[in-house]
Amino acid sequence: MSEEKLSGAELVVRSLEYMNISTIFGLPGGAILPAYDPLYDSPIRHILARHEQGSGHMAEGYAQATGELGVVIATSGPGATNLITPLTNALMDSTPLLAITGQVASEAIGNDAFQEAYTVGLTMAATKHNYLITSAEEIPQVLLEAKHIATTGRPGPVLVDIPKDILNQKVEWIEPKLIEMPGYKPTLEPNPKMISQAAELIKQSKKPILYVGGGIIHSKANQELFELATKFKIPVVTTLMGRGAFPDGNELCFEMPGMHGNYTATTSIQKSDLLIAIGVRFDDRVTANPKFFAQNAKVIHADIDPAEIGKIREPEVPIVGDAKSVITGLIEKLADTDLNTSDWLNELNQMKKEYPLSYNQEEKGPLKVPFVLEELQKLADDDAIVVSGVGQHQMWISQHWNFTSPNTWLNSGGLGTMGYSLPAAIGAKAAYPDRQILALDGDGCFQMTCQELITASTENIPIKIVVFNNGNHGMVRQWQKIFYKNRFSASELTHHTPDYVALAESMGATGLRMIEKSDVKKVFEKMLEIDDKPVLVECIVDPEDMVFPMVPAGGSNDVVILNEDDLKKL
Amino acid sequence: MSERILSVLVEDKPGVLARVASTISRRGFNINSLAVGPTNIEGRSKMTIVTELESVEQVKKQLNKLINVIKIVELDPDNTIESEVLLLKVSINKDTQTSVIEKASLSGAKSVDVGQDYAVFEMTGSSKDLDKLENLLKPFGIIEMIRGGRIAIQTKL
Ligand SMILES: Cc1ncc(C[n+]2csc(CCOP(=O)(O)OP(=O)(O)O)c2C)c(N)n1
Ligand SMILES: [Mg+2]
Repeated sequence: MSEEKLSGAELVVRSLEYMNISTIFGLPGGAILPAYDPLYDSPIRHILARHEQGSGHMAEGYAQATGELGVVIATSGPGATNLITPLTNALMDSTPLLAITGQVASEAIGNDAFQEAYTVGLTMAATKHNYLITSAEEIPQVLLEAKHIATTGRPGPVLVDIPKDILNQKVEWIEPKLIEMPGYKPTLEPNPKMISQAAELIKQSKKPILYVGGGIIHSKANQELFELATKFKIPVVTTLMGRGAFPDGNELCFEMPGMHGNYTATTSIQKSDLLIAIGVRFDDRVTANPKFFAQNAKVIHADIDPAEIGKIREPEVPIVGDAKSVITGLIEKLADTDLNTSDWLNELNQMKKEYPLSYNQEEKGPLKVPFVLEELQKLADDDAIVVSGVGQHQMWISQHWNFTSPNTWLNSGGLGTMGYSLPAAIGAKAAYPDRQILALDGDGCFQMTCQELITASTENIPIKIVVFNNGNHGMVRQWQKIFYKNRFSASELTHHTPDYVALAESMGATGLRMIEKSDVKKVFEKMLEIDDKPVLVECIVDPEDMVFPMVPAGGSNDVVILNEDDLKKL
Repeated sequence: MSERILSVLVEDKPGVLARVASTISRRGFNINSLAVGPTNIEGRSKMTIVTELESVEQVKKQLNKLINVIKIVELDPDNTIESEVLLLKVSINKDTQTSVIEKASLSGAKSVDVGQDYAVFEMTGSSKDLDKLENLLKPFGIIEMIRGGRIAIQTKL
């Protein structure tokens, strides 16, 4: 025990070091300034974002790429309110995040002091849990607890709000230790009875489907999943958050179901007699109208969060537990069961042949996003991490990119946050400086957080950005075409402003542009060669292109719109 | 009866009521009554939440996700004692005074203050009994009424 007293600010930094945090993202201001002083001498790398939303997404990207805690630090008031979007985003996608915010001095709280916001109240519904520190002694203990809550059970964001006077208070360091929290005991081990019941249903099933999502990735259960699927020949569909949990290209992988999923994945669920749902939450983008979802199927639903079970669909077999333990249990119980799924697999493969994903890249015509993606993947490293924005391009990436391992696909699935891609890519690159990090973004999304390109340049984080410039909020335009009689109200961005190449250069990055088919390979080769600074490629693409297949919101997954002609079905 | 009663043990930490209330309103749950108070255990409070059958499972699960919520027990209606407190101020005049006081006391209410033109009654009992008192006194003109929310306890160990 040292006699030496430390300030609350020093305790914050020391606690982060104690928890082996190596990188944090943030932006200073009055109330948090005391904490930035000891940070100056700390080995912790602080990456200065240009907007707190950016810093939050950076921490998310870091966490989603590594599966470890992401840390973001901000000042009171506007600093904290700017974090609400990334916090909500992390809550929706179950990303482990620790946010530390400065607060006005304890005695000023409640007085509408300068830069005061009720951060704990504002973020109550945007976090898994939050704290207001009331004395400096608590800091190490609360930060350790916060990390524990953020990273265990169903991961999520935790915020710790610290008044400025407490950051300046001098106390002794008390070594934190995890004590039992009476109200927080996540169930990791599934009930064996439920596993037996699930195994029974699987044995009886003729048309089982493994419907798996982000829970597999959080639980690092991809190898177990691979064993379960391949040993018993059970086909797999991976949700938007679960892409990469099971390798695309495997004969059992039918990829993404749902609103813009491929026909076979969506239809396989409709035709299935047993959904083995693991680490998924029956999101409306998957189920469409849940009344018509998998009407012929019994459901086994396993999730670490008991509140997900029965929320949308009442399962025949509910299982609360960590995906890894659940799957291991199922493999054991099924032992050497011989599931004969060959008819079922034939049916699905036939469907896949009949209804492939397609696009039409004309030799002289405008570039199509799917074509560009396939060309890029041919050149990119196998372990490249792809980070997407939100919109048409996101759906095309999920459809056309081949994801073969977990944590190589980062996107904003639950909240659908435009502006996520570029900062999240910075976070991923900060975690993995030696891997290719590809921010594949829409022009609309890019304009929401493009100032973070300055962060990438100045912090020497050489990510690669592709801006798919269709001059539009493409996904909005698509809906306006289909549902609003081509009345393009406030969805046009223009192809010409800004000049993305000049913008990139002005922010310290290299700017490149591709316009036609013959540019694609050349420009991407150049992009991949440059490794000493960020590179941005403006890729001018067809504004009229639409994402298919499509099941309109609230519709039935039995009615999949395959192409423009099919829209007549609506 | 489609009502369900939840007895929720929580850590007595700042904001815990706000967290519970925010969870309930955010998810659009139907809540008929919510009452909070201290317990015999230091640092623990208890909330009694009366909700509807159709939301009870989700209410339980969502509240259980709150870190400060320790335990939720759904009370078995056959072995539960429920109670609520009421304060009611009613108009009276010379003609009605006797009959109002008599009616109220027959219903189990206690008169705690009687003035020239008003009387205040206090009553504890099941919420149905409190409803009855209210209906009984309505014709005389209720000036103000306040109820404390339903609390409940299981009778068996
Ligand atoms: C912060 C935020 N605001 C609005 C939306 C609604 N929205 C969804 S997709 C989209 C358009 C995205 O445009 P762009 O980035 O150019 O992608 P594209 O669809 O053209 O590929 C909009 C406005 C959103 N998802 N997020
Ligand atoms: Mg666009």
